[in-house]
Amino acid sequence: MTAPQTLYEKLWRSHVIGEDDEGVSLLYIDRHLLHEVSTPQAFAGLRAKGLHVRRPASHLAVADHAVPTRSHSRISNPRAAAQIALLESNALSRKIPYIPLEDERQGIVHIIGPELGFTQPGLTIVCGDSHTATHGAFGALAFGIGASDCETVLATNTLRQTRSRTLSVRIRGELPDGVAAKDLILAIIGQLGASGGVGHVIEYCGSTVESLSMAARMTLCNMTIEAGSRTGLIAPDDTTFAWLEGRPYTPRGVDWERALDDWRLLPGDPEARFDRSIEIDAAALAPQVTWGTSPDQVLPITGCVPSPENASDEVSRQKMEGALRYMGLTGGMSLQDIAIDTVFIGSCTNGRIEDLRAASSVAAGRRIAKSVTAIVVPGSGQVKRQAEAEGLDRIFREAGFEWREPGCSLCVAMNDDRIEPGQRCASTSNRNFEGRQGPSVRTHLMSPAMAAAAAVTGHLTDVRALLD
Amino acid sequence: MEKFIRLTSPVACLPDRDIDTDIIFPARFLLITEKTGLGRYAFYEKRRDGEIERPDFPLQTGRCGILLAGDNFGCGSSREQAVWALLDLGVRCIIAPSFGEIFQANCYRNGLLPITLSETSWSALRAIGDLTVDLEAGRISGAGLEPIAFEVPDWRRDALLNGWDEVLTLLHSQGDKITAFETARRAEAPWLFEKD
Repeated sequence: MTAPQTLYEKLWRSHVIGEDDEGVSLLYIDRHLLHEVSTPQAFAGLRAKGLHVRRPASHLAVADHAVPTRSHSRISNPRAAAQIALLESNALSRKIPYIPLEDERQGIVHIIGPELGFTQPGLTIVCGDSHTATHGAFGALAFGIGASDCETVLATNTLRQTRSRTLSVRIRGELPDGVAAKDLILAIIGQLGASGGVGHVIEYCGSTVESLSMAARMTLCNMTIEAGSRTGLIAPDDTTFAWLEGRPYTPRGVDWERALDDWRLLPGDPEARFDRSIEIDAAALAPQVTWGTSPDQVLPITGCVPSPENASDEVSRQKMEGALRYMGLTGGMSLQDIAIDTVFIGSCTNGRIEDLRAASSVAAGRRIAKSVTAIVVPGSGQVKRQAEAEGLDRIFREAGFEWREPGCSLCVAMNDDRIEPGQRCASTSNRNFEGRQGPSVRTHLMSPAMAAAAAVTGHLTDVRALLD
Repeated sequence: MEKFIRLTSPVACLPDRDIDTDIIFPARFLLITEKTGLGRYAFYEKRRDGEIERPDFPLQTGRCGILLAGDNFGCGSSREQAVWALLDLGVRCIIAPSFGEIFQANCYRNGLLPITLSETSWSALRAIGDLTVDLEAGRISGAGLEPIAFEVPDWRRDALLNGWDEVLTLLHSQGDKITAFETARRAEAPWLFEKD
């Protein structure tokens, strides 16, 4: 009888091709998502070495980072146009499935992978993007890699890896009204710290996680990297299977039954041991906002900007002072007094239909503040069409939001969507790093409902005050 | 990949914790599809006051081969441009209490040696002028410094010492095993595989 295993250990063992004396494993990689930023150099490497792509059908390519969201048909920046064209020619010349910009399936890699059923339980999935952790929501071992590792995967469908330690985050209690998966993950990052998960794989479990929708689970896993872990996992269950059934890449007929049999064996054994464990009470959470320049600099919206003199040590004090200087904030001020200029609703963290529904329910019947520019960027063509079918686009437009085409948009300042230096953005994205949304731009991370609340009031706001 | 065996060099110090890859290589330069000549964009904002380059910024082109960095250096985005930009500035070794994991893996793949040291050992290096990093011996030394041992996983160390390319290494040494694994996996989960 084998010792009890965690979900991670099962995923790991089922993909080990071989192990050396030092415990370094060669892992088989089932699937690889490609986007335009992290792959040009990988293809150049293949060309320089005269190598071919081992299994073209195990990859899927789509442009998202550099894509303009005002219109997909006109790319004004020649560098962006060239980068996207290069992805297309690299993919097509190697017979890798490529989703063009004008295709209705186009969207952010981490949104379309699951939507198409390309993401499945029990797989190893990689992408040259740190938010690949998203796919762990399906019980897949998914992690971000650099361009050199993308080249390795293209040529070999493998990567050499050392096994991570395990960290269980057990969540119990019901999420209160106005508190979403985004608040949950921000609170977890706040507790663990930006490097708290380094060297670990995080497994989210407990009654709260079991009751979460797939969209909420993806939000949770997506930001795992913000606590330093490359991988966040959730055990697949009936919610997962129901969500996946009938999608383009999902197995059918006899294969579906076989897959289900395999997938039901994936959840960790009850007796399995983790290297570390923490517990979170979801019922005690308030909506969260970041006040600094690292995702772990986060507090409940009811709080105040912290004062550096109260920092626990010198390094923290310096980090805090630097963050406050960049953010243009003073210790002690109420978070709800912080006025904002821009609102961004979208990204691989919060660009799904459930996110847009949550934001639109706050925006409905209201107008955004006069001083605010607000944009809603669906995470994929499918999300956009669904939102339009439900009339969400009309609600947003009537409230004064702009309604855009799918893409990474303001999550990463490398496309046409820009914020002026010094401006402040309420954002549903995943990083409040200095310069992430443009030079000197100040980012506050929060949930879609909280971002919509900030849009209508013009300052950071406790969305619970706006709920019916 | 360029070999790394031994390096003696002046040291630059960026002690802040959580220096992310957006700071190291700002996103707007990610539209560049080449991996060479990226040093001019490294720490683009941090190196400047407005449009003026700060002469006192610790990392200047070609000056320091060794970077002493704070905890969790290279956290955040997986962009390998952060590593290519540092290499272009002449950095061949980074010493930090901890690294962003994806960044650290990217360093190894490009002949840039990332050394993890305890906070205490790390602090001892701050006051030393030039340092010698000897990968073969696994030792850091400098004038007035009690030599400090460091560890690098054997497979990473061998690749750095020999300048081995990971893809070619795997294809040469593991090709048959990969094929055998793939055949078994196809039998278990045929829906994951292309039709013949």
